[in-house]
Amino acid sequence: MEAAQATPVKYDMEVVRWFSVAAVIYLVVGTLIGVYIASELAWPFLNFDIPYITFGRLRPLHTNAVVFAFGGCTLMATGYYMVQRTGATRLWSNGLAWFTFWGWNLIIVLAVITLPLGITQSKEYAELEWPIDILIAVVWLAFGLNHIMTVAIRKTSHIYVSNWFTMSMIIMITYLHVVNSLAIPVSLTKSYSIFSGVQDAMVQWWWGHNAVGFYLTAGFLGIMYYFVPKQANRPVFSYRLSVLHFWALTFGYVWLGAHHLQYTALPDWTGSLGAAVSLAMIIPSWGGAMNGMMTLSGAWDRLRTDYIMRFLVVSLAFYAMSTFEGPVMSIKTVNALSHYTDWTVGHVHSGALGWVAMVAIGALYHMVKKLWNTEMYSDNLVNVHFWLSTVGTVIYVVAMWVSGIMQGLMWRDYDEYGALTYTFVESVAAMHPYYAMRAIGGVIFNLGAWIMLYNVVMTVRKAGAARDTNAIPVKA
Amino acid sequence: MSDHDKIYSTKFQDNIERNTILMFVVTAIALAVGGIVEIVPLFYLDRTMTHLSPDVKSKVTSKEIAPIIWQRKAGQSLDDWKPGDGVRPYKPLELAGRDVYIREGCYLCHSQMIRPFRDEKDRYGHYSVSSESMYDHPFQWGSKRTGPDLARVGGKYSDEWHRRHLKYPRSVVPESVMPNYFFLEKSRIDAEQLKKNMAALRSMPFYPAPYTDADIASATSAVEGKTEMDAVIAYLQSLGNHIKFSEGVNYRD
Repeated sequence: MEAAQATPVKYDMEVVRWFSVAAVIYLVVGTLIGVYIASELAWPFLNFDIPYITFGRLRPLHTNAVVFAFGGCTLMATGYYMVQRTGATRLWSNGLAWFTFWGWNLIIVLAVITLPLGITQSKEYAELEWPIDILIAVVWLAFGLNHIMTVAIRKTSHIYVSNWFTMSMIIMITYLHVVNSLAIPVSLTKSYSIFSGVQDAMVQWWWGHNAVGFYLTAGFLGIMYYFVPKQANRPVFSYRLSVLHFWALTFGYVWLGAHHLQYTALPDWTGSLGAAVSLAMIIPSWGGAMNGMMTLSGAWDRLRTDYIMRFLVVSLAFYAMSTFEGPVMSIKTVNALSHYTDWTVGHVHSGALGWVAMVAIGALYHMVKKLWNTEMYSDNLVNVHFWLSTVGTVIYVVAMWVSGIMQGLMWRDYDEYGALTYTFVESVAAMHPYYAMRAIGGVIFNLGAWIMLYNVVMTVRKAGAARDTNAIPVKA
Repeated sequence: MSDHDKIYSTKFQDNIERNTILMFVVTAIALAVGGIVEIVPLFYLDRTMTHLSPDVKSKVTSKEIAPIIWQRKAGQSLDDWKPGDGVRPYKPLELAGRDVYIREGCYLCHSQMIRPFRDEKDRYGHYSVSSESMYDHPFQWGSKRTGPDLARVGGKYSDEWHRRHLKYPRSVVPESVMPNYFFLEKSRIDAEQLKKNMAALRSMPFYPAPYTDADIASATSAVEGKTEMDAVIAYLQSLGNHIKFSEGVNYRD
């Protein structure tokens, strides 16, 4: 018995703890900035005539904060956590993991400084200027090396499915980031992309869609394949389905970017190819969603009592919904209506809030309990958070569906004399109620994030106090 | 035979799952294909660019349609260009304005890419073609129209209208949700930085801006006493009138 207690592997979890808490903080900050810029569109006086907080400068800060700060910290926290536990080994290098923690947070601080100053490359989700791009590449490769080397030194025979997805993300994001960020610098704060026009557009959306497809999908599917079975305490429904899911996504997702450029000056063949593969992607995506959902079969009653499980299951529902909506929007006839409208923004957020944030929140709660070896400070607050997140997301997405489709229809509407029915600005005015509604949905979601932060902080404090108390008898 | 030796999928998949290097290599190859197939041909297929597309090219040669790219004669300056002469690189003041446009994130609400639909033709003008943005490092097509498309805004409004609208958009368009950009009038254009920017664009590996030394030298006088507001207006007024499009000609393949 004593021997059995001595054998468990000691993991390097301190860095995971720090990444986890950072992720929760960035969830609050990132969605708060989102609420603010959403409000600027509804009530433009909120720009307050201050250049640094105009919509145009804060919007990149919002996307960078949620994608790279919140998403990145979540991915690194879960990446380091899963790779150790599934491989029954410590990290290849704990020091390198700490380097990624401080490096990644330095990048975030630099983003917070440079983006409001208007220092930008103007490529969506890749706005940060070239010195920061180099820093991102260095830290990302350090994370990748550490992850892959930890996989290599695992004590188990097979590599667990979560680690396939993480590895796939690491490789693809390296390709994308390096190619899309190629630029000729003029000064420390200014550079020009080496690509231009149509080629640049294709490179940008190859990056743009796969930042979603790999960073926000493959990476978070890795999370799903570990934390859903763990939280449900059941094995993954189908191993073979996960194999198909992985390879179809790894090979197929890369092609989708071109569907962002339907009817533009990009040649037809590229956009059509992107749309065709997009449609094909419904199958593996739904296979994956089913795989996650069915993992619960026989344990559905847990949804009544397990609030963390609720986050994970609802995230899968949103994943299935978004991965159906996306391919539909890539079809040329639908895209003709939806492109350039709020429908795209709604689609992104049903994925980002409904899928990415929900699965991340579920995983973070699960990890907080394990990492501090305690129960949550308040399970009821987790439940409150769950409902705020769900309701906020639904309000946001519905507002954008209505406004997006309305915009698209107003722009193309003709009166009986064959003249355009609406001026552009009439469509802007018509959006106001939906922009207000979107802001309200965002506030509700953000409120949930604050509650999570409070709950996590109280849990950590409680655990710290318990540890101190427990320490006394040992000393004695 | 223990459970760990049993193969649940195929021998190949099982090998991949046991071998980190193999998994890394196979994944890296699978990930590379899509991007290579969709991106690389855009650099060599002639039909990607309007001015290289065989049909358009032959019509330009036979003078059926106006040139797509400006053919600058020796000794001509950028100011000798007239609307309809074909695509040209930005003049110094316009380029300075474009840098401000990028800095302020205008592309987040304004597209510069007109699609070939009846309503877009009526609202914005002739559909955009690839060669029009060939000197745009990076491209500014945008992805969202919170405000209207700007691909052909050049010449549609007076400079004075733009000045008032940029300063306080709601003083001209009450329903607008655009921020006030009056502060652009407070900053001057830095000619030395602008010259470096022009030189960088001239050194691009793909579609370098064909600036002459004289073009770059002209930046000093071109931006003398000009504000960022002047520059943005010059940029907006330069958009969309480079090519003289003929009715009934297919400019896109």
